Amino acid sequence: MIKLNSKNIRIFLIYFFIRRLRVKMAAHGSLLSVFKSINPRWNGPLGNSVKIFGTTFTNHRNKATLTREHIPPPAKYGGRHTVTLIPGDGIGPELLSHVKEVFRFSCVPVDFEVVQVNSAMESEDDIMDAITAIRRNGVALKGNIETKHTLPPSVKSRNNVLRTTLDLYANVMHCQSLPGVQTRHKDIDIMIIRENTEGEYSSLEHESVPGVVECLKIITRNNSLRIADYAFRLAREKGRSRVTAVHKANIMKLGDGLFLQCCREVASGYPDITFDSMIVDNTTMQLVSKPQQFDVMVMPNLYGNVVSNVCAGLVGGPGLVPGANYGQDYAVFETATRNTGKSIAGKNIANPTAMLLASCMMLDHLKLYNYATLIRNAVLTTMNETRLHTADLGGQGTTLEVVQSVMRVIQSKGQLTAEF
Amino acid sequence: ASRWQQLASRQLSLSPGLCGSESPLARADAIFKVTMIPGDGVGPELMTAVKDVFKAGDIPVEFEEFHLSEVQHMASEDKLDHVLSSMRNNKVAIKGKIHTPMEYKGELASYEMKLRRKLDLFANVVHVNSLPGYSTRHNNLDLVIIREQTEGEYSSLDESIFSCSDKSRRIAKFAFDYATKKGRSKVTAVHKANIMKLADGLFLQSCAEVAQLYPKIKYENIIIDNCCMQLVQNPYQFDVLVMPNLYGNIIDNLAAGLVGGAGVVPGESYSAEYAVFETGARHPFAQAVGRNIANPTAMLLSAANMLKHLNLEYHSQMISDAVKRVIKQGKVRTGDLGGYAMCDEFTRAVIANLSV
Repeated sequence: MIKLNSKNIRIFLIYFFIRRLRVKMAAHGSLLSVFKSINPRWNGPLGNSVKIFGTTFTNHRNKATLTREHIPPPAKYGGRHTVTLIPGDGIGPELLSHVKEVFRFSCVPVDFEVVQVNSAMESEDDIMDAITAIRRNGVALKGNIETKHTLPPSVKSRNNVLRTTLDLYANVMHCQSLPGVQTRHKDIDIMIIRENTEGEYSSLEHESVPGVVECLKIITRNNSLRIADYAFRLAREKGRSRVTAVHKANIMKLGDGLFLQCCREVASGYPDITFDSMIVDNTTMQLVSKPQQFDVMVMPNLYGNVVSNVCAGLVGGPGLVPGANYGQDYAVFETATRNTGKSIAGKNIANPTAMLLASCMMLDHLKLYNYATLIRNAVLTTMNETRLHTADLGGQGTTLEVVQSVMRVIQSKGQLTAEF
Repeated sequence: ASRWQQLASRQLSLSPGLCGSESPLARADAIFKVTMIPGDGVGPELMTAVKDVFKAGDIPVEFEEFHLSEVQHMASEDKLDHVLSSMRNNKVAIKGKIHTPMEYKGELASYEMKLRRKLDLFANVVHVNSLPGYSTRHNNLDLVIIREQTEGEYSSLDESIFSCSDKSRRIAKFAFDYATKKGRSKVTAVHKANIMKLADGLFLQSCAEVAQLYPKIKYENIIIDNCCMQLVQNPYQFDVLVMPNLYGNIIDNLAAGLVGGAGVVPGESYSAEYAVFETGARHPFAQAVGRNIANPTAMLLSAANMLKHLNLEYHSQMISDAVKRVIKQGKVRTGDLGGYAMCDEFTRAVIANLSV
């Protein structure tokens, strides 16, 4: 006969919740509230965290609070998918209209729900509408939303709000040398997996004393384990042999040290994949001298920003590489280096390759593999065979010429198309 | 054919944004394949009308016909399998009503229900639009009625069993997604939850949950008896209606009657993968077989919707404009709209009105 005192209830609830957590990695909030009600003295030094059996749960701000049961079914009817489209600023709208044109031409069964986000407004309503639209449809294609520096610092980066609210924890970028593009280094094939929601991008800054600003970099065990696991799973799926963790743990011993330790723990579960680590300063130097040594790289948020931009530059520039942000339930596709391109907006000189390849990644995610390969091959043929390059690759072509060449290649394949 | 050649050799437009008014045409060598099931009663006659109009309009659609009929003893599991494999390839179908014979033949499910189940066509959409030029007691009506179609059954194509709450959520999400896509402002759920507290209560709860994801769309609910009365008194208060299977049949036919009858209302059924286009109010109308008096409007409008689904916007617009023009002119109308024309006369008038 088990006595029902508070200790037993606590043990029972701990057991129950740990079981739930092994199955579903969601609903931190509810767990937290239960534990707080049992023992209010369990607040750790970080204020809102609770330590349970070695794992730490932190009540992140703006976390996606929908549990698995409330995720709605995918928006696919009659074979047609609905995808949220966020045009953004700068070159975003024109490139995304080209994507729409190519899709319409190739009769891709995707309908776009366009949600405009005005970066000049201080209120967050626009971006919250966009987030609700992505929650409905599950998949989005977006241009970059400008973060105006003239607005007060309380206005957060809209892209960041989107990523953290939807918990898109992994940013994946695949940098590959293309035969048709002249670069200083050849034969580069690097996959970069960057933690997308925490690190230096937590927007936690304050000025405690005038002239002294403190910025909090958050590294959690939970998220580090998650991103490391994602990296190793992806490496295994793609048949890669090595994963390199990029860090600065000699200086940030606790923060990056925790990240590195989590990576090592996960690596022990994947004996077929080699794991090594490299400090970020050495990494950047190696990247510009001998980039062929890298295979898969995993890193926290800010180093990911730097390293991904370096790699994009190595393979030919920001106009070539697509990027994807994956969460557990949602996926958002965009260009890898997330440039707004204000200076080249509206001039018909932007490179549409990155956005078109990002849309192909989206089609792969929607399991429309045929259309994805069709468009991808057309883009790569245009890039490599006809050598129709835009100004950023040293060519004379305009955006429109590249897009029309892509459509011509698709048409020549004899597929069912609508006319121009 | 010469028109095609001219258009195919046209210069590419200067900017993708500018080529809005002249919508693109499909190439003559790119043919879309569609499964066709004529069904019973006047179904074959209506399908003939559709085929004639398509041929006259040079529309790049090829039909794969399957004559599946229980009353004419042309139905079997084999035939059903052929239809299903054709559907799996084409993903789009146009069909007439497959009538269920009154006598109990030893099978609980009719072929129509079997087809629906196997393709998991969970959502039925009926477009209730007033025809310009044909005045009824309520003019300028523009309603959409969405109804769950597979309640209580499972789809053996995927071998998945949906629970009632999943089905309710699915149809609610479909209704709201449809409203968002077509720019509608209100979704009204129709129920009888005061009596069927658990079943319809679950439906209402699912609708309310899904409605939270659509802050721009107003969500209301109404009891079925009040709904029927409101539909005949003031149908303009409704925009999109969503309901479970039981009431859908009644409301579909009621709303069809408001705008002119079963001959003018198009409808379609959706699953995640497939889309099947048919008339809104499903009657075989066996009394009219061979007499050439059926109204092909509903089937033609549904065929136009099918073309829009296939991305052939221009052709879709062409056909629906032609049909609406004929009705507006008022000279050629079939018996149910108060005229004296035969079915093929109406079809010929539509063909004559297909704009170049």
